Amino acid sequence: MAEPQSPLGHTFVPGDHGNSAGGIGLVLTERRDVSIVQVTAWRGTIPAVLTAIGDVTGLNLADKPGAGRSAGEKSAFGFAPGRYFVVAPSADLEDRLRRAIPLETGTIIDLTHGRTAIRVKGPWSEWVLSKLFAIDFSEHGFPVGFGRATLHHDIHANIQRTDAETFDLYVFRTFARSFWQTLGHAAAEVGYRVE
Amino acid sequence: MIIKCPYCGPRDVIEFTYQGDATRQRPDPASTDQAAWNAYVYDRANPMGGHREFWLHSGGCRQHLVVTRDMATHVISSVGFARDAVASGKGGDRP
Ligand SMILES: [Zn+2]
Repeated sequence: MAEPQSPLGHTFVPGDHGNSAGGIGLVLTERRDVSIVQVTAWRGTIPAVLTAIGDVTGLNLADKPGAGRSAGEKSAFGFAPGRYFVVAPSADLEDRLRRAIPLETGTIIDLTHGRTAIRVKGPWSEWVLSKLFAIDFSEHGFPVGFGRATLHHDIHANIQRTDAETFDLYVFRTFARSFWQTLGHAAAEVGYRVE
Repeated sequence: MIIKCPYCGPRDVIEFTYQGDATRQRPDPASTDQAAWNAYVYDRANPMGGHREFWLHSGGCRQHLVVTRDMATHVISSVGFARDAVASGKGGDRP
């Protein structure tokens, strides 16, 4: 189920912010209409889970660390051995995955109400995210489609690169407002637009 | 210190949680040998040089790892999933 109530509240202010007189280096959006589901394979069932994710979403993932794909608002990526984030703008995503993945194949948990999806897009995305997370954001180290699980000030986050300058961030919902404000501070120097 | 997680790649030590000596062997659970249990719980060799130890990648893939680290230089010579090490009988007990 998509979550209609944003945790960002009054901190979500559409418009231009920071040093926007010098240009817009980033566009920040909250993706409010997506369902977010975690799928976990048992040992030995990874190929079956990847096939099922492909059948449900049309996204065919390679069986290698962090591999993923995205198409429009749909995306899927690995973030740990046998564990996958699956995201789509459909309220029945969990049901469809549950039908495709019986308990013998894997487990399903709907994280939609527990995570907030934030999109960071623009020529300065690598620069700004590098201030917040201690991982390599270069396209060589973090290729398009791939996902990562990492920390922001001891708080867990999942990140997927969806194209050369776009990253989708999944942060804990209860920390999302704080994170959103920190992201704005980090983006201020390059000028950013909230849409 | 950077640990190269077999799933996530090189990550700063801040993402990991130390889980102790990976060389100790738990006594038979049925054993009532107090000296053996005391040694298992408390005695650590603290060697200078290579040491096998458990780390949890708590800030990444959340997998338990077995890391071989030089206790004097922090140079890490190997990292693997703990489940593989335990399955092969080389990882000591589970953390
Ligand atoms: Zn890891």
